[in-house]
Amino acid sequence: MTTSAPLLEMRGISKGFPGVKALDNVSLTIGRGEVVAICGENGAGKSTLMKILGGVYQPDAGEILMDGQPLKINGVNDSIKRGIAFIHQELNILGNLDVAANVFLGREPRNALGLIDRKKIHADTVPFIQQLGLEVATRKGLDDLSIAQQQMVEIAKALSLNARLIIMDEPTSSLTLTETKRLLELVCELSGRGVSVAYISHRLGEIEECADRVVVLRDGKNAGELTDEESSHDKLVNLMVGREIKNFYVQPKGTKAPGFFKVRHATSSLHPGKFVSFDAARGEILGFAGLVGAGRSEMARAISGVDESTQMEVFLDGKKLSIAKPRDAIDSGIYLAPENRRTEGLVVEMTVRENISLPSLEKSSRFGLINRRHERKIAAEQVASLKVKTPTIETRVLNLSGGNQQKVVLGKWLAMTPKVMILDEPTRGIDVGAKAEIYRLMRKLADGGTVILMISSDMEEILNVSDRIAVMHEGEISGVLERADCREDNVMQLAVGKKIPAAKPALMN
Amino acid sequence: MKKESGLFILLIVLCATVCGVEFYNQLASKEALHLPRFLSEANLSNTANLIGLFGIFSIGAGMIIITGGIDLSVGSMIALNGMLLVLALTEWHWFWPLGVAFALAVPMLLGLGHGVLITRFKMQPFIVTLCGLLLYRGAARFIANDMTKGFGDAAGFKTLQYLASGTFPPPPPVTPPNMPPIPAPWWSASVGVPMPFLMLVVIAVIMWVVLHRSIYGRYLLAVGRNEEATRFSGVNTKWVVASAYILGGLLTGISGILFAFYTNSVSPSTHGNFYELYGIAAAVLGGCSLRGGEGSIIGILIGTTLLLVLQNLVNLLNIPSSLNFAVMGAVVLVGVLADQIFKNRASRKGAR
Repeated sequence: MTTSAPLLEMRGISKGFPGVKALDNVSLTIGRGEVVAICGENGAGKSTLMKILGGVYQPDAGEILMDGQPLKINGVNDSIKRGIAFIHQELNILGNLDVAANVFLGREPRNALGLIDRKKIHADTVPFIQQLGLEVATRKGLDDLSIAQQQMVEIAKALSLNARLIIMDEPTSSLTLTETKRLLELVCELSGRGVSVAYISHRLGEIEECADRVVVLRDGKNAGELTDEESSHDKLVNLMVGREIKNFYVQPKGTKAPGFFKVRHATSSLHPGKFVSFDAARGEILGFAGLVGAGRSEMARAISGVDESTQMEVFLDGKKLSIAKPRDAIDSGIYLAPENRRTEGLVVEMTVRENISLPSLEKSSRFGLINRRHERKIAAEQVASLKVKTPTIETRVLNLSGGNQQKVVLGKWLAMTPKVMILDEPTRGIDVGAKAEIYRLMRKLADGGTVILMISSDMEEILNVSDRIAVMHEGEISGVLERADCREDNVMQLAVGKKIPAAKPALMN
Repeated sequence: MKKESGLFILLIVLCATVCGVEFYNQLASKEALHLPRFLSEANLSNTANLIGLFGIFSIGAGMIIITGGIDLSVGSMIALNGMLLVLALTEWHWFWPLGVAFALAVPMLLGLGHGVLITRFKMQPFIVTLCGLLLYRGAARFIANDMTKGFGDAAGFKTLQYLASGTFPPPPPVTPPNMPPIPAPWWSASVGVPMPFLMLVVIAVIMWVVLHRSIYGRYLLAVGRNEEATRFSGVNTKWVVASAYILGGLLTGISGILFAFYTNSVSPSTHGNFYELYGIAAAVLGGCSLRGGEGSIIGILIGTTLLLVLQNLVNLLNIPSSLNFAVMGAVVLVGVLADQIFKNRASRKGAR
């Protein structure tokens, strides 16, 4: 073992998924006891890179060195054996078991009878949780702990495995301010003890506070590095943005009617006490940008009546609507194409025809009986006008490609007349050709007088498709950008919660 | 449809086997060849009667299974329902249509209760209806003081008795001894179709339209497949699920009335025992998936018929009746296994 070699080195890592190159020749070095922050926009490749370290994915190219020795990580267990612990954003805990059982899961000490040695497991757990300053009994069930405490238990587990590198994927996303502070202190303590930490976060403040070095990824490539001394908010944002963006914005043709659709005080349980209010014009595509977890999908679910939002007020064409359930929104012409196509947008085991007609069955029926000829006609019309590639309308949706599935979702709403169409990540997992078709369709709908609200985490898409962009940050709209100000750096600044002069407030008055 | 035709072929093969074995026995014992007992008037009429009785509540069980739920309380509901009907008609002396309405309303209300507990309080269908199974059995035994109660000579509700357990067309009237013979009306027949079978046919036609041609049926199937996506499409999914339990209650109620007249008396501790399992077995054998969203009326009908023909076969072929349940279990197991194997093979072919 050469002491001069860093703890871990990743060289020229590439990884592709069908249709996307997630990582392209990325390198990363982590020293002993070093805290390295990894940041970048949504989809920059941070999580993929860490999942390769954690053994979740295998790289297509490149090598990993540990202590200067080449290392092949074939799976999650391999990575754990090498002293790499991964603390996911969604914690991997068993809520029904106690602290000790979680820490020693799969490695339970046995007694002479081959049963779990209960005394030993609890005694062995104590030093680890004391090290972390976690003041809970080892017999406490995990369900009874706060999320911050559960996270500590995961860290205790990492320490019990003699982890030399702990990867934390957005560890503070569901912590309170004081809990976040405690976690950042802990990260410093760990590094003082020689444990390295790779820290993924969107929160630039935290990064500046605890990281020795910041590695920025952009579009699956290394965008640059900053040491603790160099790093500043602006420099970070500059590194994160600055990609080349092809311009394919299409000017709206129709006349806009500002204030046609108004939302006031939409709330969600994700960000209690925060409100979303905005106005949208008829004929415009209003983009909603923001980092993952900013509360955009929750807003969409509230407006379309899927989730309860008691204080919300919605006005369409001057009329106040009361939306308590999905049917209310649908009857008013407000439709949602949800983020999770396969679980929320479609009944994938049913046919194209059955999916398209589902929300409008009452129009294809008399006395509660379905007029099958009418139903088929409507489905066939949508399939033809959206150019859905399907053998027949009787094909089950699960046999279609992602882009065609999304067209079926759109078809089920376009079979009625949308006044407000909310599209949540409309082109996620869709190939380039189908994307362009969906953009054309959105513009056509807007020109026809529909309000389009498009939630997207794809920067290129949000910049090129939207007529205006509302940027959300932690459950609120942090600013609205007019078309002329729709630039990547502006969006990013607002998305991380910074005020910029170009941004207009969500409501003018 | 492929699945139903497969099952139908299985059914035909089974019937042919019974007849074949019977012929073989006739030859072996050097009897003169005659019509197999399986095809005799009495046996066909009896089997049809049983198919009617079991088929009606099996359709209800199927509707509930299609939503992704299950109903374990059917047998106890039939006992409670039968007991209430006996008491209403023979002890409280209600006008019989009122008794019938009562005997249908109670299981529908119980079904509504199940539906509310499952959709509003998010309890698991298995638990809710398991508790129902215990509760209603207990209630039936309690209100009857754990005694068997019968309809006696059905004084005052002969019409109902005929509707529930007679045959159509009705048999010619029996002439009492020492009386001039009563001329049989032209529409009477010595052999008729048992009423429960006729009712099953009517109910099956209605339910076929409901499940396969109505909006409600489409919602039932959609909810069973993906409740979340169905809710996003503006369907009141809670109501759809709850209503399936009410519908199940109604069909169980109808079956319960027919069963009470079939046995002509209700012994509260054994009446309807294990019927929920017949219903589930018939529905599953007929192609309903316990995961929900899959099933057809024709499938359920063939499933019921298969189970009852099997029982008939056990009797006719002198297989020890103690093996009754074992034969049923084996057939359901093999049927569902075969279906799964076909499905796996088909999906592997599709993946290629």
